[in-house]
Amino acid sequence: MGVGKVHRLGTSLKEGDVRRLRVGDVVYLSGELYTMRDIAHLRAIEILRGKKRLPFDLRGKVIYHCGPIVRGTEVVSAGPTTSMRMERTEADLVHLSGLRAIVGKGGMGRGTLEALRKFGAVYLEYPGGVGALAARSSKGVKKSYWRDLGDPEAVWVIAVEDFGPCFVTMDSHGETLRKSA
Amino acid sequence: MKSPMWLLMKAHEVAEALRVLETDLPRDVEEGLQGCLRREGGNSREVMKAIVENVRYARERSIPMCQDTGTLVFFVRCAERQSEVVDVIRKGVELATKEVPLRANTVNPFTRKNEGRNLGRNNPIVHFEGEACEKGKISMDILARGAGSENVSGAFMLQPDLGAAGIKNIVLEAVRMAGARPCPPIIVGVGVGGTLEWSAYLAKRALLRPLNERAEDPLAAELEEGLLSEVNRLGIGPMGFGGRTTALGARVEWAHCHTASLPVAVSVQCWALRRVSAEWEGSEFRILR
Ligand code: SF4
Repeated sequence: MGVGKVHRLGTSLKEGDVRRLRVGDVVYLSGELYTMRDIAHLRAIEILRGKKRLPFDLRGKVIYHCGPIVRGTEVVSAGPTTSMRMERTEADLVHLSGLRAIVGKGGMGRGTLEALRKFGAVYLEYPGGVGALAARSSKGVKKSYWRDLGDPEAVWVIAVEDFGPCFVTMDSHGETLRKSA
Repeated sequence: MKSPMWLLMKAHEVAEALRVLETDLPRDVEEGLQGCLRREGGNSREVMKAIVENVRYARERSIPMCQDTGTLVFFVRCAERQSEVVDVIRKGVELATKEVPLRANTVNPFTRKNEGRNLGRNNPIVHFEGEACEKGKISMDILARGAGSENVSGAFMLQPDLGAAGIKNIVLEAVRMAGARPCPPIIVGVGVGGTLEWSAYLAKRALLRPLNERAEDPLAAELEEGLLSEVNRLGIGPMGFGGRTTALGARVEWAHCHTASLPVAVSVQCWALRRVSAEWEGSEFRILR
């Protein structure tokens, strides 16, 4: 994969912002990321299906497949987790929550790719295992939700500045880096 | 029985070894990553730049290089007092969880409840090794195994007549299926022979041998070289972005097995091969690098 076009984006995104991104592009994010893993996905979907509101509004936002190490409000290490574990639930979350970008690692499947295309969202990959650098570009925990799930599975709202490189590996036009996904 | 003070002192030493484990990548692995950076281009190179810089920054700041501080696996050699050693290790893990800090990863497999201390039933994992050890000396190797790697590892019972070709095929298949999930460039640990569980143990233990050290056994050395070049022909590349380096090395350990069996286990290891060795000689503690 060649080096793509570089974009610097905030984290309150409009459909047009993400439709411009193409596979291979590189994104640096400044704003807030919502960490969500396996169980947070399940819980969010259950709430949204019941026509209730989440305690945090994900419309236009960026979720991060990550279980950070946190000490107080300090983010100690916060790289991405394997996104494929969320494949079963991601399409529903994209549809029901209105999120615009997902950051993770390792790629996702067809269900997610189709949802990204249909609802206008994008999947980005932050280098796996690069937890210390991720913490360097984080400016601390703003809020946390669902702490009852245990620290790795809780939702942490992390402030970030120039968080990247995030590589676009699935865009909103049905394109994917790994064709066999 | 030793006093609680003794236990706490030793536990602090274990916690210190765990801090080194999580924050300071072994040099042979770091050199492998730098070699990979030199070979790759495009976004694969960008990813490698981030990884190499991450290793440096984590060491400088003494913070965990990866947020998944893993399941902790101890390989211990001691002549006596095994249950006390387990107590020391458990207390050390609990201290390190607070002090390094480590992420609380340990949950009940049925309820998924997380007690937040990285302690549980038979966890951390402690293997006592069969090798002889001098009296008064305790030595241990420690691995931190993240879920991304552990989840794509496995053990297989092959038909014995499949031989070396069968071993290669199953390893390549495991690596291909794992794809980008275990954070490549990976290190492939392979255990051949023994029994189902022994092959898995050997595959993990294989990861302890430094990447710049050849296998003593000529057949194992040949298999390692063959595996490395074939894995790298898969083209998965750093983080699955494509490239010439999918693996930094392959490590093989083996044992004799039943005439009708050929157990083969593959322990896929992410680039963050966190291993450390430490020992006590009398009351003196040393972290070996
Ligand atoms: S696979 Fe390894 S480097 Fe990747 S997130 Fe897991 S522990 Fe970290």
